[in-house]
Amino acid sequence: MSFAEVSATAAMVVGAVAIIAAFSIGDARRRALVTGVLTALCGFSGLLAASGVLATGRPVHAEFPHLLPFAGLSFRLDPLGAVFVLAVGGVVTAAAVYGIGYTRDHLSGRSFQALVPAFALTLLLVPAASSMGTFLVFWELMALTSLLLVLAEQRRSPEARDAAMWYGVMTHLGFIALLLMFSLLAAHSGNGSFLAIERSSSSMDPALRSLVFILAVVGFGSKAGMVPLHAWLPRAHPEAPSHVSALMSGVMVKLGVYGIVRVGFGLLGGGPSWWWVVLLVLGAASALFGILQAIASSDLKRMLAYSTTENIGLILIGVGAAGLFTTTGHPILAAAALGAVLLHVINHAAFKALLFLAAGSVVHGAGERNLDRLGGLMRRMPVTGAMFALGAVAIAALPPLNGFASEWLLLQSLIHGADSQALVVAIAVPLAIAVVALTAGLTAATFVKATGTGFLALPRSPAAEAATESPRSMLVGMGFLASVCVLLGVGVGVLGAGIGRAVAAVGGVRKPAPFRVHGSTLSPPWQVVGTSMALAAALVLGVGVIMVLLRFLPSGGRRRRADNWGCGRTQQTARMEYTASSFAEPLVRVFDDVLHPDLDIDVTHRQESQYYVEKIRLRLGIKDAFEERLYRPVLNGIHAWGIWARRLQNGSVHRYLGYAFAALIILLVATR
Amino acid sequence: MNTTRALVPILQLLLVFVGGPLIVGVIRKVRARLEGRVGAPIHQPLRDLRKLFAKERIAPEHASWVFVIAPAVLMTSAAVTAVLVPMVSTVSPFAQVSDLVTITALLLLGTVALALGALDPGTAFGGMGASREMTIAALTEPTLLLSVAAISILTGTTNLPGAINEIIDRPGSVSSIGYVLALVALGIATLAESTRLPVDNPNTHLELTMVHEAMVLEYAGPDLALVETGSSMRLVIFLGLLANLLVPWGIATGSGVAELAVGTLTFGLKIGVLAVALSVFEVFTAKVRLFRVPELLALSLVLSFLGVITSVVHP
Repeated sequence: MSFAEVSATAAMVVGAVAIIAAFSIGDARRRALVTGVLTALCGFSGLLAASGVLATGRPVHAEFPHLLPFAGLSFRLDPLGAVFVLAVGGVVTAAAVYGIGYTRDHLSGRSFQALVPAFALTLLLVPAASSMGTFLVFWELMALTSLLLVLAEQRRSPEARDAAMWYGVMTHLGFIALLLMFSLLAAHSGNGSFLAIERSSSSMDPALRSLVFILAVVGFGSKAGMVPLHAWLPRAHPEAPSHVSALMSGVMVKLGVYGIVRVGFGLLGGGPSWWWVVLLVLGAASALFGILQAIASSDLKRMLAYSTTENIGLILIGVGAAGLFTTTGHPILAAAALGAVLLHVINHAAFKALLFLAAGSVVHGAGERNLDRLGGLMRRMPVTGAMFALGAVAIAALPPLNGFASEWLLLQSLIHGADSQALVVAIAVPLAIAVVALTAGLTAATFVKATGTGFLALPRSPAAEAATESPRSMLVGMGFLASVCVLLGVGVGVLGAGIGRAVAAVGGVRKPAPFRVHGSTLSPPWQVVGTSMALAAALVLGVGVIMVLLRFLPSGGRRRRADNWGCGRTQQTARMEYTASSFAEPLVRVFDDVLHPDLDIDVTHRQESQYYVEKIRLRLGIKDAFEERLYRPVLNGIHAWGIWARRLQNGSVHRYLGYAFAALIILLVATR
Repeated sequence: MNTTRALVPILQLLLVFVGGPLIVGVIRKVRARLEGRVGAPIHQPLRDLRKLFAKERIAPEHASWVFVIAPAVLMTSAAVTAVLVPMVSTVSPFAQVSDLVTITALLLLGTVALALGALDPGTAFGGMGASREMTIAALTEPTLLLSVAAISILTGTTNLPGAINEIIDRPGSVSSIGYVLALVALGIATLAESTRLPVDNPNTHLELTMVHEAMVLEYAGPDLALVETGSSMRLVIFLGLLANLLVPWGIATGSGVAELAVGTLTFGLKIGVLAVALSVFEVFTAKVRLFRVPELLALSLVLSFLGVITSVVHP
């Protein structure tokens, strides 16, 4: 057995033991500890298995023909799947360690503790499934376990029930699309195995192929949180316990991307350029809409959830660009774009999970997640604050952390791809560059807002005032992901070869590794681990040198604490601070056509004179435009239809006999 | 040969470090003369820095380590960028990393650091400045990267020394309307990023119009000196970038001592001319309202987009 096979087996066995342990251990705190440690080991073994596959390029196979009636279970973890398993394994490890401290007080029940490793196992197995039956079984198990986890805190927050309803309905509508899609593919190949589908799909009718692709985009896109199928995401992710949110936002949505890449490039082996333009447009819409909602949102976890939609958008832009470059005959650029996608999948998993864990730590320590009521946490929760700040720098794609590396590669592939004689490309790609750049700028603003108002300055509520740092296991979980963000930023070249193998494993883009591309136009500095390290070292060293030099100033370098410049006021209070809403106000105003802010100002005058104002109330609500304009009418329509359909059933036996008679006549006529 | 090659980054760093305050002095002097005042001597900003560095360090009571570290991050990001951007010579040990996308990200790092430092004391001014600065930065980003895309389509690379060498060797490759559009867009983005008129008025202390000044209000003494130096370094970097993309001739393409000397002199001349042009422009320009700034930036975005399209169609 190879290293990867041993680790994969270990992951499965340890995961199963974790589920058993959750049910069999009596003491609640010990249960949380043992289950957490076992789940972390399960995740870490998965991570090792994936690294084994990526390092050697040799897939891991496993067949269990008798486990599932008719089809059996079959697994084949190839380098493409391994990239996703790598991300899942890393996030599971961190989230499980974090969960020890996070769940031991109020979420230590047997079923909740057992659901987390079960969810982790399904996340690990979906990218490894190699037949239609296996894939759909684990896909559905993943949806169900995560649905139950969203409901975990329903007694505390009624919103969780609402969120679970949205999530449950939308994920099952997506499942129907996937079922249809796989049925079409399997009906053509006569066999549900991915290899058989891959071999036979090129002989499919083009219209049918396009239908399959559209069904895949709908089904997988709804799981990925792509606009306009994202409505469940900003509801469900914030309501789940934070380590589950980290798993959902960090890795579960990525499996939607996995599905699109697997079906589009692998099973279908690429397609006409309009497929990819559609994906590019949907990606651009998701990126812009997601980040605009994120900057307008004051709820910390909701903001992070919307930012997930934005990052999925960036990833889909990359997937679309890769497909487009394949059709225009630029395989090297296609490989670079797809490499950027896979790199961003891993990077986003690391920093989004870190940010969700830090947000959970804030909820744990301050009991509040509204940014307008937080503040001053950097001094009260220094480790959590530093972790969040690090995650914010990473997600804002700033050097030297990991977000920058993948965004750099994505922009490079787009910039070099803009030079094309194909008209579609010549217009779509520059627009994509503008969207990616605007998104990058808005992300920086969003996370300056989150860090600056949530963690800096004065606390804006008694809850934030009394915040305390979280238990050590939570800090360790965050620390693991933070170090991943640093390592992947400084030494991204480590992943280069593995990502290259994954790109080569994808059917549609059979080309060498993007990081090896050199010469003609693409000359990535990240190709050399040394240069990215030098850049990071220069930044850290520069800050260090300046901080040390400041100590040798004539004044002795000692810092005196003093009051702020007051401009005549007597005392600094938290009410004078900019809040998250006021910070975002200029951008909300600039983009009011998209956001439709619901602004309500209520001025009360004094009785003596209308020139004296007694109080001003301002209410600013920003709703999801898609929810208001797209989902509401549909939901209202369904509701109206339901009410209308009630007329069919009025209790009269004569009418029911009439229905039965009519049905009989229709059947006789139809089967004649 | 190799030792002088290693000297290029140090030379550029020193040039930007000392040249930054001097350029600010030149701009102020020219403005003063055009407005009929005598104005302070050109080296006044350097004197101010010496004075500030001698003062006591003060931090607001409620501020955390972010406030303390922000000026150093701003300064460092500017310094690293100064090393990367080819100003004196296109030959440098770091030429491979000198990439327009990287440089944009490095400058954004400085902006983000200062915005966080401004939010930390918890004053309304700091929040206002940070909010406005991040709004402008977010809206400038697409222009910057689309201009970069247009330039890289024409020169075949986003690597800055490579692009400049290409322009020197084959001026014909960039003599197109697309390049002009991209440079105009880059110029508007430069004004926004380096907090100049008409986007921000560097001389104002009026709360309704402040952006950059509102952010640095709580900084004093040596910390303020760092912020001022960092900002002036960014100004020189932006002007230098623009100058070398506009008229790259004169920049050293080797690293001989004589070449470097000529490169340094021409670089000083180029940004001197640009600084004078900037101050003349500022005398005749009024600051636009904050909520008209997005329109200006949208204009530059459209220009850069047209730049990309025309570069593709008429290479």
